[in-house]
Amino acid sequence: MKYTEEFRDARRVKELAADLCQITKNPWVIMEICGGQTHSFMHYGIDQLLPPQVELVHGPGCPVCVTPLEMIDKAIALASDPNFILASFGDMLRVPGSKGDLFSVRAAGGAVKVVYSPLDAVQLARQNPDKQVVFFAIGFETTTPPNALSIIQAEALGLKNFSLLVSQVRVPQAMEAILSSPANRVQGFLAAGHVCAIMGYWEYPPIAAKYHVPIAVTGFEPVDLLLGLIDVVKMLEAGETGVVNSYSRAVTEAGNQPAQAAIQRVFQPADRTWRGIGTIPMSGFSLRPEYAQYDAEKRFDIGHIQTREAEVCIAGKILQGVMKPPQCPAFGKECTPENPLGAPMVSNEGACSAYYRYRKGS
Amino acid sequence: MIMCLGVPCKILEVYKKDTLMMGKVDFGGAIREVCFETLPDAVPGEYAIVHVGFAISKLTEEEALDTLGLLDEMNELANQQDQNP
Ligand code: SF4
Repeated sequence: MKYTEEFRDARRVKELAADLCQITKNPWVIMEICGGQTHSFMHYGIDQLLPPQVELVHGPGCPVCVTPLEMIDKAIALASDPNFILASFGDMLRVPGSKGDLFSVRAAGGAVKVVYSPLDAVQLARQNPDKQVVFFAIGFETTTPPNALSIIQAEALGLKNFSLLVSQVRVPQAMEAILSSPANRVQGFLAAGHVCAIMGYWEYPPIAAKYHVPIAVTGFEPVDLLLGLIDVVKMLEAGETGVVNSYSRAVTEAGNQPAQAAIQRVFQPADRTWRGIGTIPMSGFSLRPEYAQYDAEKRFDIGHIQTREAEVCIAGKILQGVMKPPQCPAFGKECTPENPLGAPMVSNEGACSAYYRYRKGS
Repeated sequence: MIMCLGVPCKILEVYKKDTLMMGKVDFGGAIREVCFETLPDAVPGEYAIVHVGFAISKLTEEEALDTLGLLDEMNELANQQDQNP
């Protein structure tokens, strides 16, 4: 496939890794924001090619990992009600709630449908006029425009039985929360390429300037990851800060205007709670008041939710780059992908799962 | 399924369906229908990144070649061609 193979070419990857080793003189801690990048690093073994001075820490960009427990419990409550169909991306089904997960609700006869696109959930509402269809609208700025368009489509079709359980989060506010924490170790960022494809990267220069960190907009293939690291290390070694676009074949500074317009039409910035991290001001989106009839939390009485998190899980520290998965006492013992105690062990994008799959025992 | 990992594809056709811009794309052999509301100026033959069933950005050939360090080589070749027709 064009635009894929060339960026996985082993010879290029080795040359770039050698370039990176050559320019790296001092120890640096660099965070990749996106869980998709964490997965790529581990999957292609790029982390093993890095100079010993470069330490990667893994960011909060795993939508499955940061969706708060309370929202999982609400999704479970809705899915357990025979009047509802809960539609969700497949990754959410195994995420542990306070008691059980959506997978076990489905096994017990609850209507949980896995969809590939939010528009498939709208289609479910059309096909099931006697049920309330709720789509679990999770994720970062990459899923926000599709979720917004599902509402716009439901409105155009006059559907009364479609709504969203919204848990949308935003990257720049999370980066600021990490950088302003007293425990922060991150000195440079690989910014999430596909979030930037939507939002552009005009939001980053003020962050780079305020916290004196270099930021490289980075893609997902091995060559992309190394180019992003080279750009960040160059700036770190030169004592510079700023933002560079290392993923220019897919990202422009302004981003995708129709996608941003769809977000603006349906959503507004709002405080959001991140699982394991806590509430970050204005770090997400909620539906605008004009779209309240599509807001499952406003529309339905979901009842009293009392959450309970596995005590041993240190996911919050992992998602902020303060600790790494092998430092968790449960890692690979009580907690495995078959029996996850925390969300980062569930999804391919979760750091615990990536370490378990590719680096177990190392 | 990895949520933030958009997938490159070739755009085959773009059309209106219901009220939405939709289209067919080729993911290295697998053909799927995806939504083009977020990429309304898409043209068949171009390449794009698709994420949760939506085309979110075009892939530009010139930038790709530049990233791979191939653009200079190709310009040099083109210049040589111009000089020795
Ligand atoms: S290994 Fe399991 S319990 Fe430990 S932090 Fe990761 S998800 Fe939580």
